[in-house]
Amino acid sequence: MSLSRLLAIAVKELLQLRRDRLTLGMMVVLPMMQLLLFGYAIDTDVRHMQTAVFDQDRSAASRDLVQRMVATGFYDVVGHVHGYAQTRRALRSGEASVALVIPANYEAHLRAGEPNQVQLVVDGSDPQTVSSALNTASGLVASLSGEQTRVALARCGVQGPAAIELVPSTWYNPELRTSVFIVPGLVGVILTMTMVMLTSMAIARERERGTLEQLVVSPVKPVELVLGKIAPFVVLGVVQMSLILGLGHAIFYVPMRGNLGSLYLMALLFISANLALGLFFSTIAKTQQQAMQMSFFFLLPNILLSGFMFPFAAMPRPAQILGEALPLTHFLRIVRGIALKGATMADLGREVVSLAAILAVLVMLASLRFSKKLA
Amino acid sequence: MTDAIIVTEGLQRRFGALVAVADISFSVERGEIFGVLGPNGAGKSTLIRMLCGILDPSGGRGQVVGHDIEREPEAIKRRIGYMTQRFSLYEDLSVEENLRFYAGVYGLSGRKRKQRVEELLESSGLAPRRRQLAGTLSGGWKQRVALTCAIVHDPPLIFLDEPTAGVDPVSRRSFWNRIHELSARGTTVLVTTHYMDEAERCHRLAFISAGRLLDVGTPEQIVARRDLHVAELEVDDGLAAEAALTAHPAVDEVSHFGRVLRLACVGIDAEMLAAEVLEEAGVAIRSSRPGRPTVEDAFVSIAKRDNDPALAKRGAA
Ligand SMILES: Nc1ncnc2c1ncn2[C@@H]1O[C@H](COP(=O)(O)OP(=O)(O)O)[C@@H](O)[C@H]1O
Ligand SMILES: [Mg+2]
Repeated sequence: MSLSRLLAIAVKELLQLRRDRLTLGMMVVLPMMQLLLFGYAIDTDVRHMQTAVFDQDRSAASRDLVQRMVATGFYDVVGHVHGYAQTRRALRSGEASVALVIPANYEAHLRAGEPNQVQLVVDGSDPQTVSSALNTASGLVASLSGEQTRVALARCGVQGPAAIELVPSTWYNPELRTSVFIVPGLVGVILTMTMVMLTSMAIARERERGTLEQLVVSPVKPVELVLGKIAPFVVLGVVQMSLILGLGHAIFYVPMRGNLGSLYLMALLFISANLALGLFFSTIAKTQQQAMQMSFFFLLPNILLSGFMFPFAAMPRPAQILGEALPLTHFLRIVRGIALKGATMADLGREVVSLAAILAVLVMLASLRFSKKLA
Repeated sequence: MTDAIIVTEGLQRRFGALVAVADISFSVERGEIFGVLGPNGAGKSTLIRMLCGILDPSGGRGQVVGHDIEREPEAIKRRIGYMTQRFSLYEDLSVEENLRFYAGVYGLSGRKRKQRVEELLESSGLAPRRRQLAGTLSGGWKQRVALTCAIVHDPPLIFLDEPTAGVDPVSRRSFWNRIHELSARGTTVLVTTHYMDEAERCHRLAFISAGRLLDVGTPEQIVARRDLHVAELEVDDGLAAEAALTAHPAVDEVSHFGRVLRLACVGIDAEMLAAEVLEEAGVAIRSSRPGRPTVEDAFVSIAKRDNDPALAKRGAA
């Protein structure tokens, strides 16, 4: 391998990149747009669910129950309904996503110590709502009946068992803000998108413009070409990453608990892996347009299988295996680990090894695929 | 073969059912300007690509700068220059940046590279345009840059694939002067073209059509082999004369420039033939003199002769 040939290619790419204002602009504007979009719009916490109340009891006890539910912050009462028909209409029209149905003799049963049933109707078309609603409501009702038991026992002069309270203690992201979780992941997603796209067109463009034939007839080695084409974009990737992390910190208060230097070091591996992948696509694509389509196609599994959107642990086994092959999966663990948990390079050793292996395989594949022959 | 820099034996390339290059054997001597002529689709570019080691032959063998084209393509690549059919420049790089890039790709670095680039900018007259983006150059300038890029590593052999297509006559002329300069310094040049005036400036020529090699030799040899006779006539009715002459089987080619008709035929005295045919057709000849057969006459004749019997031959093969 000749360093001067590699350098000649890297310098050429840099010069071309410098003159390509549109691409450069996109590389800056795109991450910012995505950051704002994802940071503000995506909030997977389901709070303030619109709640319709069908109170058939209209007693002090039933009002107390409704008040307690509102107090959790998860339920906003949007109106009272009368009858199941109205309940159904409210849910179907989307006016409410949850309905609370309190039976007619709620207070009487409560007094008499008889079993009591309160019904929570949930719009199951959005599973996230279902689990949130059910969790908070059952917690609330459990503590309420515990309280009732103790009150009843006390009335008989018996000291009831002390209530067991679960004290949740959330580390790393105590307010459970989605943006804190999303933004570091976004670094990975944006890098995947832009890096793969940039290089996927790199060889296709030379093919389209006829310069590939001139390269192929030169003594340049495939690996020199691959590394030379990757190198300048690594710089661009690092700039992008800094931009997203900086803005994420300034706008969304995303913390940086770990060592920034080791994050950048590991990010270099990740960026290079994406670039090598793009280049690999580029050796397959005949035109720039095909290359573009391939990189978009590749983005989808990244978003779905990497743990960016859905928890990795909850995915079925085959999806997890696929996910492990994606550079993004490992980088997400790295960036979240470092930024949110203060993880060290040693904590993340497995991810680093995986990324390095993926990178090596991709550089090899791209070099092998780049044939110094035509047709 | 005393000092051949290119030798091929039965070189062949198929694309599926299409035979782009069929069984071509020839050799090029060191220092020659060797022209390859043929109509579009004849297989000229395919032949060059195989010789450069970037396209595998489907059959036959070839040696370029002493290396086998199939087994040692990389050794060949270091020692040849290749100017592709559409000048492969980076349009978003300046003239100088293009040169520096190719110099780097051919392994020059540091001071050596700088020196070489300066030298080339001067010798090819590109210095005043060094900062201009290649994409904004006219055809003639692009061609000049492309040639300079192809010789950046001072190769002993260069391939030029239709280097003058779409370039103005003045640029063409200076381009050919440059080729002769290179040749005088010992560089071997293999060039494809379909301009006949360019063909006459080559030391030797090969004529290929439909992938087959139809003739090889110096321009004089090629013309002499045809036994061509040319007459230049001035007649009363040019159109009638042309019609009458074209119909005659011994006539290869008739062209007219105003009142002057140019007639080429094989194996028969053209003036005598014209006198006979035109008398019969009732066209008066005002003057008649012998003309010099050119390479163009030879190629028209070869192509014509190849077409009729060849159809039958190809069907049998
Ligand atoms: N990569 C290819 N795939 C299929 N056919 C090809 C390819 N390259 C050339 N050909 C065909 O081979 C024939 C010779 O082409 P080419 O060598 O480019 O001719 P020339 O350069 O003399 O115009 C043409 O019919 C062309 O269509
Ligand atoms: Mg051609």
